[in-house]
Amino acid sequence: MSDKKLKLGLYWAAGCGGCDVAVLDIDEKILDVAEVADIHFWPIAMDFKYKDVAAMDDGFLDVCFLNGAIRNSENKEVAELLRAKSKVLVALGTCACYGGVIGLANFCTREEILETAFKKTVSTDNPEGIIPQPVSEVDGCELHIPEVYEAVYKLDDFVNVDYYLPGCPPRAELIAKAIDAIVAGQLPEPGSVLLPAKTVCDECKREKKDRHVDEFKRPWELIPDEEKCLLDQGLVCMGPATRAGCGAACTNVNMPCRGCYGPAEGVIDQGAKAMSAVAVTAVSTNLAEMEKVISQVKDPAGTFYMYGLPNSLLRGRQMKEAK
Amino acid sequence: MTKEFEPRIVGILCNWCSYAGADLAGISRIKYPPNVRIVRVMCSGRVDPSFVLKAFAEGADGVLVSGCHPVDCHYIEGNYKMWARKVMLETMLQQLGIEPERFRLTWVSANEGELFKQYVTEMVDAVKKLGPFQKPVNWMTELLEHERSLGTAVQEIAAGGGVGE
Ligand code: SF4
Ligand code: SF4
Ligand code: FES
Repeated sequence: MSDKKLKLGLYWAAGCGGCDVAVLDIDEKILDVAEVADIHFWPIAMDFKYKDVAAMDDGFLDVCFLNGAIRNSENKEVAELLRAKSKVLVALGTCACYGGVIGLANFCTREEILETAFKKTVSTDNPEGIIPQPVSEVDGCELHIPEVYEAVYKLDDFVNVDYYLPGCPPRAELIAKAIDAIVAGQLPEPGSVLLPAKTVCDECKREKKDRHVDEFKRPWELIPDEEKCLLDQGLVCMGPATRAGCGAACTNVNMPCRGCYGPAEGVIDQGAKAMSAVAVTAVSTNLAEMEKVISQVKDPAGTFYMYGLPNSLLRGRQMKEAK
Repeated sequence: MTKEFEPRIVGILCNWCSYAGADLAGISRIKYPPNVRIVRVMCSGRVDPSFVLKAFAEGADGVLVSGCHPVDCHYIEGNYKMWARKVMLETMLQQLGIEPERFRLTWVSANEGELFKQYVTEMVDAVKKLGPFQKPVNWMTELLEHERSLGTAVQEIAAGGGVGE
């Protein structure tokens, strides 16, 4: 290793913070990281300011791991700033890669969400019905806060992303492996996903049979057989459309895959692909019967796009006119 | 004078029945609206729901999928599989804010040119009433602005400019 240490940055945009925790979860491996890298920006763990980043030369950071989606003007601004300051930008976690769980917000307009959050929930106490505005006046001063965007976007909608490491959150070993690869200079083609090109089904040890389902069930309605494929047992499992990497973590503990690692290689719309795989398990020559069984899946769009609505072909509910 | 809105309908037809049916309509000089652009697939069972979504994402105003009648599928159960997807896709489209009239699955056999005409006509009429499909990026103003600044914005398709260009 050269004496020059790797300059690392980490940032948290619109997400839950789980990805930052996953980085901390690499445990004692973090000491190895500290040996080969200096962290120059990591708001959740260390006291840096945006102005410190702005003061860096372009390309100063060797690698930046950015987690979280783009939800407001602050997220976008900082993403653009970090893009300029980083040689390699890695989208860490499913929100940065594909929009993630918070991407489900794209089923609603910004107005609907603000109305609910600031006026309608049972715990809201807002008698004047104030909704925060990007610019407001307080005691004669102008106060600025970031503007909430109309929709949730993925990172590469706005900046060029070199590598994708999805997962909700990505497993700590995968992050450690990515850091190793970076240190060793063994990165694949830019634009690649730093995970195997296989599906969760490939990693899942369950026995797959010729499937025919005559009833769809939800996970709490049965204790599934531990050997058989969950789809064959009438559970909605997204393994066939989802990228491998987690080691089939959920199906190993008898829970169906919800698709958190995003689309498998070559899948352009994870939700549509998973929906197709699930729907055909109910195939029968009795159309009416099929209709009955399939309508037992109550919320297909919410289920199949749970982790990737902003990355889907339609990106969200089609709103009539933008306001 | 404002031109009447002419919807663009993508028709995905199976080779063995519906495509032959559309062909028969042509050979028999049956007149039907020219709004449908036909894509031939071997079997309706080949139609992934993402084909339908992609058509909408790229500017189609409606999507018509057509295959062999039940029992007639050349590959035995392709059309049943498509039916299964259709049932779930209809719910999904509705959740995604797409009107039900914009997507339809029909059965048309090789000798049903008239029926093909009927389905196309019905669909064109229904979609005309709805108007153009909202382009997906139109409500995502921040993305649209960003793409405009880069010069990569998806070209906006003028309503009614679709047919016969
Ligand atoms: S569908 Fe789910 S349970 Fe079945 S093999 Fe794939 S990942 Fe495993
Ligand atoms: S099995 Fe599916 S939901 Fe579970 S961790 Fe893996 S990709 Fe995520
Ligand atoms: S060949 Fe026509 S639907 Fe299968």
